[in-house]
Amino acid sequence: MRLDIVFRVAAKMFIPFILVFALYVQFHGDFGPGGGFQAGVMAGAMVIFYAIIFGLEAAQRIVPPRVVELMVPAGVAIYAGVGVASMLLGENFLNYSPFAHDPAHGQEYGILLVEAGVFVTVSGTMTVIFYTFVGRGR
Amino acid sequence: MVLLTLMAAITVGVVRLRNLFAVVVLGGIYSFLMASVMIVLDAVDVAMTEASVGAGVSTVLMLGTLYLTKTEETRPAHTPLLPLVVAGITGIALVYGSFALPPFGVADAPIHMHVAPYYLENSLRDTLVPNVVTSVLASYRGYDTLGETAVIFTAGIAVLMLLKGRRDVKPGPKRKRVRR
Repeated sequence: MRLDIVFRVAAKMFIPFILVFALYVQFHGDFGPGGGFQAGVMAGAMVIFYAIIFGLEAAQRIVPPRVVELMVPAGVAIYAGVGVASMLLGENFLNYSPFAHDPAHGQEYGILLVEAGVFVTVSGTMTVIFYTFVGRGR
Repeated sequence: MVLLTLMAAITVGVVRLRNLFAVVVLGGIYSFLMASVMIVLDAVDVAMTEASVGAGVSTVLMLGTLYLTKTEETRPAHTPLLPLVVAGITGIALVYGSFALPPFGVADAPIHMHVAPYYLENSLRDTLVPNVVTSVLASYRGYDTLGETAVIFTAGIAVLMLLKGRRDVKPGPKRKRVRR
């Protein structure tokens, strides 16, 4: 499939839109359906799509396995770090109120941060599972 | 109703078929139908997740697994009678239990009586986020979502440990590139 021009051209047209849609779902999660989990799956699916069409090596040149493996714990660390940060600022664990001048804005920032953490972990995990399965060979 | 009938037909197909490739593809179709059911039920978030995870990523992962294993299911060694009886009794029990559920979508069902009204009334004031699903998931129920993220993390780590760690210990003839 690596030499099939139809797939390659179609994939090159699709992939930017998948990424933009994933980011839209991520940052528009405050207003519409979606959030870190869905966006993370889409970003992971984009890498998988690229790997299917252009081969695993090409995908791993763009998204190195090392980075992806770091993303898996990094997201949980971001999420838990937000909780610890709110504790250090004198509130309960994962109460985002002290992040801004008034509690409601703090909640908004906190939601944004933890959604980013979810995104990082989910997209990393999806990609890492695919990499390990496919990179294993028979 | 049409969707549920199609899903039932696909389930029968999955049970009957021995070719695992067809089963995986049918599983993907099943997930898409499930996503459509979720849209009918106005649960767009769940539909989105089901379509992307169930139909997209997990189908690809299943196909990747098939690449590593055989694509034909072996004949079962025992008769399917006992599993059939167990599944039948469980199904009857579940249907019997569903008679006691409140009708779909009524506002005074027990689940809408507890904390849901508080969330609906105060979400915008507390968090400035218009989407109540997001504010409940990430703020009111932040612990739960942290746990879910940890579950995903655990899954990723488990796959890495099982599949990648072993390859480092026992370097077999490993292929550099996936041929298709």
